[in-house]
Amino acid sequence: MVIYKMNNKSSDYKVYFFSFLFIVLMLIMPTGCSRIDESPEQAQTGQEKYIHLATTTSTYDSGLLDFINPVFTAETGIAVRVISLGTGAALESGRRGDADVLLVHDRSAELELVEEGYFTDRYDLMYNDFIIVGPAYDPAGIQAVDSVTGAYMIIAGSGSKFVSRGDDSGTHRMEESLWNKVGIETKGRDWYYSIGQGMGDTLRFTNEVLGYTLTDRGTYEAIKTNLDLKVLYEGDPALYNYYGIMAVNPSIHHHVKYNYAMEYINFLISDTGQDLIEAYEVNGTELFFTDIRID
Amino acid sequence: MSQLIEGILEAFRLIIALDEDLLHIVFLSLRISGLSIIIGTLFGVPLGALLGLKSEKNTRLASKLIFTLMGTPPVVAGLLIYLLLSRMGPFGVLGLIYTPAAMIIAQVTLATPIIAGLTMVGVRSRGKEVVETARSLGAGASLITWTVIKESRIAILGAVITGFGRIIAEVGAVMIVGGNIAGQTRVMTTAIVLETRRGNFELAIGLGLILLILSFFINSFLYNFQKGGRSN
Repeated sequence: MVIYKMNNKSSDYKVYFFSFLFIVLMLIMPTGCSRIDESPEQAQTGQEKYIHLATTTSTYDSGLLDFINPVFTAETGIAVRVISLGTGAALESGRRGDADVLLVHDRSAELELVEEGYFTDRYDLMYNDFIIVGPAYDPAGIQAVDSVTGAYMIIAGSGSKFVSRGDDSGTHRMEESLWNKVGIETKGRDWYYSIGQGMGDTLRFTNEVLGYTLTDRGTYEAIKTNLDLKVLYEGDPALYNYYGIMAVNPSIHHHVKYNYAMEYINFLISDTGQDLIEAYEVNGTELFFTDIRID
Repeated sequence: MSQLIEGILEAFRLIIALDEDLLHIVFLSLRISGLSIIIGTLFGVPLGALLGLKSEKNTRLASKLIFTLMGTPPVVAGLLIYLLLSRMGPFGVLGLIYTPAAMIIAQVTLATPIIAGLTMVGVRSRGKEVVETARSLGAGASLITWTVIKESRIAILGAVITGFGRIIAEVGAVMIVGGNIAGQTRVMTTAIVLETRRGNFELAIGLGLILLILSFFINSFLYNFQKGGRSN
């Protein structure tokens, strides 16, 4: 042992160095973690006001919220902390009370959850549309078809690959409802790839396997420069994608910042908010529309 | 290929520009993982030392459990912590979900078994000899334990750095419990996922490169260390 110690001057030095490294880390730590102690209630009365918005990857990844939220924050002093998830996960996080306000797109599920009392003050905020994208040479030949169900039948019949989000998102739910409509069972089919990932990942996957996929126009427009995918089917009214905004019900989750959530909702449905949504463009293309007419 | 080169250039642009958002993300990563590793060390080292000093026969099950937990997928740890901290979970009233605190709890869960397991191995390899020497010099139980920890410090520091390397690079747990909120809970790995999803491959590669450079420095220290340990 004594010998060991004598031969180890250099490693002793390293021990000191590491101790120093970790002390430095410890010292810079408190500044970063000061926010941890603050409870939502304190924050509501304190200097920093914020809400948690659970939303879908399509609204966040497209950059829409980065465009709108700073205007809201400048006007009200309320910061919007965005958590972007699939619609299924966003609805679940709201139902559990982990968010204050939701911006999602699965209209029937939203209305059901409002009915059950988990959410309140729901508004149809905006819409965009789904499109089918695929390789530019359109191996299955869906460009000639005049309905989305027709396009689905042709893809299924052609043996071309179809890539599904498979993540219980709003887009995935839309895609599944269309398969149900045409009566084709996709489970276990070797041309059907359910990959369980977000829209951007799914588009990239589709690009690599030369397949088809259903996507919201926003995400496609935002990342199409990195892809060889083309819009091969669009325009069927069945493909309209409605985004709803709603507050987590404060009578179920007492801790939620309902008042701030309502300020956000009222801002988005006001003329200012609606104009901002209309004004947002990616690569010169408008992504979200507000002239909603739902039958 | 051009995207890869663009990504590398982007990394240098980011480093040179010292972008404020980027710095915030890098320092938040270091703070969260740094604090996690300190807490994980406080739990893991005594546990590992304790198990390492006991006879191998009596700790067989505990050892197997710890070795298994060393391989916990981060996303599983993340989900577990999410369900515990979520507003509807048993600790929901604390309001910790989507905060750095939740991320630290998740990373401590990942780091502790690694530190405990590697400490146990290190102590076991050197412990017996140290215990006997200390005992022959008349040391009491607590002094013996302290001496063993001190004499196994190279293995222990190796364990700590290994744990740090693992948690600074993990994304599954911090994504779920932190929520990747810009300026609040966005760390390097979750930022990389987001930029990949958004199709900003250059930025994603750039961030990845910065993470690798940081990892390189941390691992260089570890390497020197192990060399020092072997030389005797």
